[in-house]
Amino acid sequence: MAMHNPEPSPVASPGRSVQALSPGREAWHVFRSNRAALFGLILLLTLAATMLLGPALYGVKATEIVAPPFKPPFIDPAAWLGTDYLGRDILAGMLIGGRATVLVGLSSAAVAVTIGVTIGALAGFFGGWVDTLLSRLTELFQVLPPLLFAMVLVTLFTPSLYVVIFAIGVVAWTGTSRLARSEFMRLRHMEYTHAARAMGAGPARLMLREILPNAMPPLIVSATLIIGAAILFEAGLSFLGLSDANVMSWGMMIGSNRRNILECWWAVTFPGVGIFSTVLAFSLIGDGLNDAFNPKLHRR
Amino acid sequence: MNALAAVLRRLVLAFGLVLAVLALNFLLIHAAPGDPAEVIAGEMGGADKEAMASIRKAYGLDRPLHEQFFTYIGRSLQGDLGQSYLFNRPVSELIFERLGPTVLLVMTALLGAISIGTLLGVLASRRPDSLFSGAVTVLSMIGYAMPVFWTGILLVILFGKVLPIMPIAGMRDVRMMGAGPLAHALDVLHHLVLPALTLGLVYLAQYSRLARASMLEVLSLDYIRTARAKGLGEVSVTLKHALRNALMPLVTIAGLQFGNVISGALLVETVFSWPGLGTLALDAILGRDYPTLLGVLTFSAILVIVANLLTDLSYRWIDPRLRGR
Repeated sequence: MAMHNPEPSPVASPGRSVQALSPGREAWHVFRSNRAALFGLILLLTLAATMLLGPALYGVKATEIVAPPFKPPFIDPAAWLGTDYLGRDILAGMLIGGRATVLVGLSSAAVAVTIGVTIGALAGFFGGWVDTLLSRLTELFQVLPPLLFAMVLVTLFTPSLYVVIFAIGVVAWTGTSRLARSEFMRLRHMEYTHAARAMGAGPARLMLREILPNAMPPLIVSATLIIGAAILFEAGLSFLGLSDANVMSWGMMIGSNRRNILECWWAVTFPGVGIFSTVLAFSLIGDGLNDAFNPKLHRR
Repeated sequence: MNALAAVLRRLVLAFGLVLAVLALNFLLIHAAPGDPAEVIAGEMGGADKEAMASIRKAYGLDRPLHEQFFTYIGRSLQGDLGQSYLFNRPVSELIFERLGPTVLLVMTALLGAISIGTLLGVLASRRPDSLFSGAVTVLSMIGYAMPVFWTGILLVILFGKVLPIMPIAGMRDVRMMGAGPLAHALDVLHHLVLPALTLGLVYLAQYSRLARASMLEVLSLDYIRTARAKGLGEVSVTLKHALRNALMPLVTIAGLQFGNVISGALLVETVFSWPGLGTLALDAILGRDYPTLLGVLTFSAILVIVANLLTDLSYRWIDPRLRGR
């Protein structure tokens, strides 16, 4: 049955306009009609605009001591979200701190998806001993507790942004690899793949030109969800003090103010709101994409 | 007989994974920048030539690499994970000391999350368009997006400042010295509430969502219609027919997630100063105590392997179709 075909049907489903739409257009229509997903998209765009423009517009440096420490929020318009234990402006930190978090989240998700799709594609396409070997490798990485493994990697190799990105990428790829494997396994038996093979296409061409485009929808969904997870990993590592100490991030703000939770609740609460809304935006979008690419599975 | 062979196969594979974890560990020590002896010694033996020589000898680092590798695997399999420089004690001893608190925390959070999550998911699946069902979906999204250490910190603020009825740090009250065993157990449970709640909330979010989806999937199948058509009550259809099959993916995910749960526990332990493996790992990082850090990694991976094995075996037990495969 077509139940598990991730490709949207080119014919509009009953109850909507009968006009035939391209798969991409149809996906966008379903996505747009999903209020949660749309909210996620708007939230993400708002956050992105704040991160890009906010620091320049606000003008206060997040690392500078601008006021007495422990200044409560919502009282002084000069430091509207209060100051932390050193007297640094929380709002300034909020505005700039998202950049590192999102940058690391996106880059490490890219690393994870690249590793995952490569390994999963090779395992699923070739099968046999290649599959056995790569599946065992995936299993090995699956049993290592991801955050602990990332902590070990960051500790062994000095903590810089690149090492953090690499470490998160290395611990976060196994889910994508399993997904890519099953997709490639399924799609290599499709008629169009057989046809391309009969026309003399080699393995590389089959994988990249025939199978990968058709495996894209679930992989895009998985990538979106990995971004959220990667942001949580980054936040966790910075909270523990295991990221680049020269780059301000939301997780680091929470971590450095940890000793004063009870005296200075605002310094740990607001950065958390930043992490929370960013992850929420990505998971809402991921869910929306999942529904959009699977209109037949759509059930709410 | 077939079933026994399948179980044996799983055991062999699990043992292979343990060996692979040990090999990776060995690789990590040797791939890290700098001399492995320095890595092992951390900042303790930096410049001292004699100390370095003695470490080299003690760890056999003066011998060929393949020989070192087999010695390392052999020692580890006998439970010798090296010596901690920070605590000046065998790593395995430290780990076993901290294992209890972590297992207590993880199991409480996980079992609570699975049972309450399943309940919420089942209730939500009964009327997928109801307000309650929507609330479960929304709350699970929120629960997933909250960084677990932040949830913990919010609870610390709430119970440390606003409503001081719960201890916010540690596992035991020092004032309880000399009290009876029952009082001690109650004290530990009292300290356990907030960490377990923090860790449990993340997984509650995931399981309720998963249980709802899984129940909806199963409830749309033909045999459920048959069960309803032959006049069974809704309770019987939901619990006896649908839930049994809907539980399968939940069990699988619970097993697969075990590594993530340990990762979460690590952050929660840090927030609440819970004396488990997570705080041990962090102490080891701060003190550059690599044998302890890698020991915790190895041991946690073995915990996950065992948890996966148990999941796999219970899966066979729940689903008769899988027996013998």
